[in-house]
Amino acid sequence: MKKTGAEIITTLLERQGIRTVAGIPGGCNLPLYDALRDSQIRHVLARHEQGAGFIAQGIARSTGRAAVCLATSGPGATNLLTAIADAKLDSVPIVAITGQVGTAMIGTDAFQEVDTYGLTLPITKHNFIARSAAELLEILPKAFEIAESGRPGPVVVDVPKDVQLQTAEFEAWPEPWQPVPPPACDREAVARLAEMIQRAERPVLYIGGGIIASGAAEELIAFARKNTIPVTSTLAGLGAFPCGDPLYLGMLGMHGARYTNLILEEADLLLAFGARFDDRATGHAAEFCRHASIAQVDIDPSEIDKIKASNLAIVGDVGTVLRALLPLVPADGRTAWNQRVAELREAYPFVTPGPEDPLHPLNFLQHLAETAGPDAIITTDVGQHQMWVAQGYPFRRPRTLLSSGGLGTMGFGLPAAIGAALAHPGKRIVCVSGDGSILMNIQELATLAELDLDVTVVIMNNQHLGLVRQQQELFYEQRYYASKFDTAPDFATIARGFGVPGFDLDGDANPIRTLARALAQRGPSVVDVPVHHAENVLPMVPPGKPNREMIVGELAYA
Amino acid sequence: MENSKKHTISVLVENHFGVLARVSGMFSARGYNIDSLCVGETTDPAISRMTVVVRGDDKVLAQIIQQLNKLVDVIEVQDLTKGDFVERELVMVKVAADGARRAEAIEIANIFRAKIVDLSATHMIAEITGAEGKVTAFVDMMRPFGIEELVRTGEIAVARCTK
Repeated sequence: MKKTGAEIITTLLERQGIRTVAGIPGGCNLPLYDALRDSQIRHVLARHEQGAGFIAQGIARSTGRAAVCLATSGPGATNLLTAIADAKLDSVPIVAITGQVGTAMIGTDAFQEVDTYGLTLPITKHNFIARSAAELLEILPKAFEIAESGRPGPVVVDVPKDVQLQTAEFEAWPEPWQPVPPPACDREAVARLAEMIQRAERPVLYIGGGIIASGAAEELIAFARKNTIPVTSTLAGLGAFPCGDPLYLGMLGMHGARYTNLILEEADLLLAFGARFDDRATGHAAEFCRHASIAQVDIDPSEIDKIKASNLAIVGDVGTVLRALLPLVPADGRTAWNQRVAELREAYPFVTPGPEDPLHPLNFLQHLAETAGPDAIITTDVGQHQMWVAQGYPFRRPRTLLSSGGLGTMGFGLPAAIGAALAHPGKRIVCVSGDGSILMNIQELATLAELDLDVTVVIMNNQHLGLVRQQQELFYEQRYYASKFDTAPDFATIARGFGVPGFDLDGDANPIRTLARALAQRGPSVVDVPVHHAENVLPMVPPGKPNREMIVGELAYA
Repeated sequence: MENSKKHTISVLVENHFGVLARVSGMFSARGYNIDSLCVGETTDPAISRMTVVVRGDDKVLAQIIQQLNKLVDVIEVQDLTKGDFVERELVMVKVAADGARRAEAIEIANIFRAKIVDLSATHMIAEITGAEGKVTAFVDMMRPFGIEELVRTGEIAVARCTK
């Protein structure tokens, strides 16, 4: 059969099961868009390529399967870079297909030419430049395989315009990539791990995004409960272990509860399952869990001993390891240790505000959780609101929190929410944002209005870059600079300007009822929530300090 | 760097477009220093071998090897320093060697079994192949003559035949 490069791409995407792609057309990917017009694939027109990248991430993070974004050459590709780097740091499977100037023009500084391959080398799991249409038959299935297998990550396929137009003759379509079950794990190592756990008196499970990537939440819960091991989670792992479970210690690290970090101080065995010892979690790494042996399970061999030397390491799928481990550990109540955990919990509680102010972020998030229900998917942007969500929102299921953890990209939340809504029709999606973050991709409100998706954007508005302001207060002698916004955009009006219902809770006599109304109505909405500017995220471990050195402070307006 | 040791790493890679940038980029992105890097085709033209000389403690070395293994184009990584291996580097050195000093320079070159590959009234080019120690010793001996240009290939290496 004879097909053009562009037709090969769209057909292979269809065969791969891709139903929706997000992107923006331009000169060098027009042949692809021409073929897309005749395909079964739904195209979502973003308003900025970074938006398209995060829409793809929203689909991928909420489903666990690779999603696709498209951009043209030059600025289209450079606008995608942040979303790609973000996917790399949080191990999110996306495939970005970029247009490139024609092969004969490459290297001539042609219009909208940029070295996409070179630019994306360090921020992808792998990248390709297609030299011929026929090569696409090999590249595309491989791109999906690389994106989804092992530790997932982003893949870029750069396709020069003439390659999109070129005709290739071939016999048959290649088989689409299908996930294969992970290989069996090292039974002997698992047996040693079981022994280590039995010998330990004060074990703690330190779980990360690997549990969610592996789909191992149920196995984790069964294992933790059988051996009664307390569980703390990184930001990326939130939702893998149900909030409210007696064994759950919440998030650890820089903004973890005091008891969480202090329990880790006393641990004699740290079970690092699918977690990568990020500095926001560990604080000063050498001091992290200094009394504990470390057992590490990770699918990526390079994560083993990268930050801290382990006493036992298993390279493999954490779900497979947990399934092998479960029958090897006895049911054990661990009374003494859990008694001690309870004491620390009581002595060093997570300080919550009184209930009188419903607009205190932590209170507001409780109301939001009650109204939105346990099935809702929450996306966040980056800053104080993100940490309040991580601390206070009761996540109970995997893939209900989508947040930019590794790269910490402001502007992530809204397009990611659009992606999650595209992948989960009928489900309520809430983007919790800040007044700084939302402006970084607010143009996607146009995309949202067009798609009429059930996305509610909640803007915690303190007229500041709050986390910057907080650091200037705590670590820069209150020398505030460039962290206050002197103009206050009226977000409810802006939303209405995009055709999205907008609600301003400032001065609202019953803000929680208004929130409920926004969440209950079909389609998108924007809710502007006033937050006191001096409110800090606490506790806080100063960057580079050990986790036991937490600044507790006081809630400003509790 | 404390406990920093020289390691010679042999990396088999797919001979794809951009593979050199991918490998060298990984080193710079993660802050590892490369002493030298050599690339060439193997008997299979689809596969190239890179010989990379790096310095680092055991932890850094373990990371380098794991990170190399993660690259899709990398087929095999071998830390040759863990066993016996043969290393060679080729150096060409252009020195001032006119009339009176030429005989002395040639004599030194002969002692080192270097070859004179070009000669003019005022200069000569000597070529030497060997392990790092020998090559460095020769270059040091040439310095007093006045080295005008020095070109090194960087080290290539291969594990010794098993006995």
